[in-house]
Amino acid sequence: MTALTMPSQPAREATVRPVPWRAMAWVTWRQHRLTLAGVVVVLGAASLYLYPTGGQIRADSDLIAARSGMSVTAALFQLIPALIGAFVGAPAVARELDTGTFRFTWTQGFGRTRWTVATLAPLALTVTVAAGAFGLAFSWCYGPLIAGRDGFVALSPLTNITFDLRGVAVAGWTQVAFAIGVLAGVLTRRVVPAMFATIAAWSGLALLTAVCLRRHYEPPLVTHTPNLPSADWVLTQSWDQGGKPVSSSAINQILHKIGATIATPGQLGAAAAPGTDSAPANAESTNPVQYLLHHGITFSASYQPASRFWSFQWIEGGWLLALSLLLMTATVWLVRRRAA
Amino acid sequence: MNVTEASGLGKRYGSSWALRECTLAIPEGHLAALVGPNGAGKTTLLDLVVGLTAPTAGTVTVLGGARAGSLAALDGIAFVAQNAPLHKNLSVADLLHLTRNLNRRFDQGYAEARLDELGIPLARKAGKLSGGQQAQLALTLALGRRPRLLVLDEPMASLDPLARLDFMAAVTSAMAGDGVSVVLSSHVLVELERVADYLILLIRGSVQVAGEADDLLACHRALTGPVVEADQYAGRPGVVHAWRDGARAHLLIRTSAGAGPVPPGWQAHPVSLEDLVLAYLREPGAASLPGSAPAGHAEPTEVAK
Repeated sequence: MTALTMPSQPAREATVRPVPWRAMAWVTWRQHRLTLAGVVVVLGAASLYLYPTGGQIRADSDLIAARSGMSVTAALFQLIPALIGAFVGAPAVARELDTGTFRFTWTQGFGRTRWTVATLAPLALTVTVAAGAFGLAFSWCYGPLIAGRDGFVALSPLTNITFDLRGVAVAGWTQVAFAIGVLAGVLTRRVVPAMFATIAAWSGLALLTAVCLRRHYEPPLVTHTPNLPSADWVLTQSWDQGGKPVSSSAINQILHKIGATIATPGQLGAAAAPGTDSAPANAESTNPVQYLLHHGITFSASYQPASRFWSFQWIEGGWLLALSLLLMTATVWLVRRRAA
Repeated sequence: MNVTEASGLGKRYGSSWALRECTLAIPEGHLAALVGPNGAGKTTLLDLVVGLTAPTAGTVTVLGGARAGSLAALDGIAFVAQNAPLHKNLSVADLLHLTRNLNRRFDQGYAEARLDELGIPLARKAGKLSGGQQAQLALTLALGRRPRLLVLDEPMASLDPLARLDFMAAVTSAMAGDGVSVVLSSHVLVELERVADYLILLIRGSVQVAGEADDLLACHRALTGPVVEADQYAGRPGVVHAWRDGARAHLLIRTSAGAGPVPPGWQAHPVSLEDLVLAYLREPGAASLPGSAPAGHAEPTEVAK
């Protein structure tokens, strides 16, 4: 791994066989077993909450309360990757730098570059797998809520509140949080600042993704028919007349003549919040679109269909994996280059 | 073989040089004392030797040509850093296990026997040991690796006088038994005078004096004479330091080859290592005086080779 050929004693240089990687496994385990136990406890507690909740969702006929419960829980669970990044990732290398023990660890025969790789790789793998398992539990629990069922319209699986807690996305977000943590640790060389930096950087990235990136993973579909399925993720929608947008109240005024209304901009005669007002009116109001067309008013919407869930999951998981590998490579490179 | 060889070695932090133009060749089999005031760059130099820091300028090799920090170098060097940093949450037994796993060789029997002798229980957490015990534990872990070069950064700072003796005894017995070479930094010279047989004096990031202790003592002398004549000699090249006590004036001088002529009315005395170091510490510019730098800096190194 190094340019070892010095003229004076090439023979000795060549004969030094590195300490085997497996020797480091015990060291990593011994140094991080408490942290990993913490991860298991936190994710286990979350899963312990999800298990009875999922059972209740399956038994209950009323999903409304469960849905508001889900949005609170999901918002709390958003913190999990950030916490793993801050409490597992940030101290992984920073604690050695912070306490000065790197002078001990990194001068052992194993070598500091290999030490860093042998510390980060198993930890990254463990938190990623643990987060993936948690994602499965989350999907199992809230799957029926998201899918909807007799009388309760489906939620879009693509919307930000649950998308990144499921499938490969939650694993990717956790791994990237870990990678941000270790890099922040090497850059700041202090545990506590690295933890805060990790939470800040991860939250910024998650917010940016939710607001700007995720909706563009694939080009959105465009439709001129209102009443999109509630499982689709509607990005933009408007009523236009001669190229200019028409307000809902103006539409309602026109529709008033035929006894129809629009509740939300894209839902003709349908309820605002899903399930609050099941819509028998829908059946007899098939003509409002035609009616509005006669008035020169057209509907257009761009949306991501629910069927893209897994392709979006793999896109998100893919770039997060690439990013975390990049960050961890940078960490190893920094350790190798400037130790003290 | 030289256990450490540096050539034009320099390390800069930001805009200030912690170490500059350091050229050294420490032969094997010595206990080399790296001496200098606080902030002289001792830790920087040792970090470069053990590969914890990359040089800004120049090169440093260890154990006969291995690049500092390479796996070959790490394999043969054991390092005890200042304040002996160890993982406080790990037990002594865990630290033995850890050190054994991270190295190709580790003499578990030796380490356990030595800890037993020192009365350090294996089950205790490193953080619960006294400062002296932590230093001894760190030294045990280092010696258990059976290194060819032992590098110690201010190892005795946290030790009481008795523990210092024990510590140095362990170091010197490792030297005698296994032929370990030692490079040790300290700003307290007294305890090194008996054991160090190679001296590197570092002041403000540059090497002022480097060489085998005997050679250095042979080419330095103290002169004592009348105060009235002191001023005419004080500024001359080769005079490292001049001082007075009462009616007598003292000069510490560097002589290029054996005994030079002594001015009439003056007496020459051999110097101790401590006198020599103190003289250079008091006159940090001494080595850079015209004609004096080669004598103090390069020549003893040549002799050492």
